[in-house]
Amino acid sequence: MPFTRYMEVGRIVLINFGPLTGKLATVVDIVDQNKCLIDGPREITGVDRQVISYTRIELTDYIVKIKKNARAEEIKEAWTEADILASWEASAWAKKLESKKRRRALSDFDRFKVMVAKKQKSAIIAKKMAELE
Amino acid sequence: MTVSGVMRQYQVVGRHQPNEEHPNPEAYRMIIFAPNPVIAKSKFWYYMHQFRKMKKTTGEILDCVELVENYSRVVKTYGIWLRYDSRSGTHNMYREFRDVKLTGAVSQLYDEMAGRHRTRPRSIRIIRTAEIKDEDVKRNNPWQYLGDKVKFPLPHRVVSGKRGQKALSSRTFAKNRPTTFFG
Repeated sequence: MPFTRYMEVGRIVLINFGPLTGKLATVVDIVDQNKCLIDGPREITGVDRQVISYTRIELTDYIVKIKKNARAEEIKEAWTEADILASWEASAWAKKLESKKRRRALSDFDRFKVMVAKKQKSAIIAKKMAELE
Repeated sequence: MTVSGVMRQYQVVGRHQPNEEHPNPEAYRMIIFAPNPVIAKSKFWYYMHQFRKMKKTTGEILDCVELVENYSRVVKTYGIWLRYDSRSGTHNMYREFRDVKLTGAVSQLYDEMAGRHRTRPRSIRIIRTAEIKDEDVKRNNPWQYLGDKVKFPLPHRVVSGKRGQKALSSRTFAKNRPTTFFG
């Protein structure tokens, strides 16, 4: 399987460790084999410009066309042009993260409702299966 | 000295204590890398004692101020000339580090010297530091990351078990082997 996601200037990454978990950021420059310089931009994702280790980030499929060391305004422009936020929200990855978050936030009553809904769903399926036979 | 965490850069200015003969002795300024101002001042005397006839008891420190990097939004390559003691002698060395701040590069230096040469911080004397332009970078490793077209995948991503939270699995048993390929 060839690599399709590369660490490069303009790559959108998802931070998965630390206080900024779950936020997207753009790679603005590469420091060395272990860390890179990222910038949200702050207005869009809430991530400040900082150096972050590769162990704390995951590469996504999205890239924006920016120059190395681009300013926050330039990155913001590139983001709106490429409509990254919309593509990200529509992706299966983002939807899975969202559903995991929602499941963890369920109350006991919500979990009961889920259980009842699952039972209803499987009852419908079982009835259909019986009709088909 | 013990070096934990990040090094800071201090400007220490000191001179001989003034007396009737020399009411206004010449002041000397040094740039010292140290974790805190106490060690910075101590290092100042260590060096001054070597270079001039001046000691802590015969001198006075006029100023010890931390120098803060004014442009830490861009990655730069720093060259550091140092002198260090190995087990069998003392040597000069030149190393290059990529970092956003000079103090970050110096911290990297101490960590790397400890890792590669088992040099303790007490055995390292920094002679000179400079920001190196891309054309003048000499060492292979920083040279790889210069320019606009740096691009590489992150192969064989191993999730560290030391991190606790995101390590391996939240469960004791998992039904699938972990994957190290993330595109």
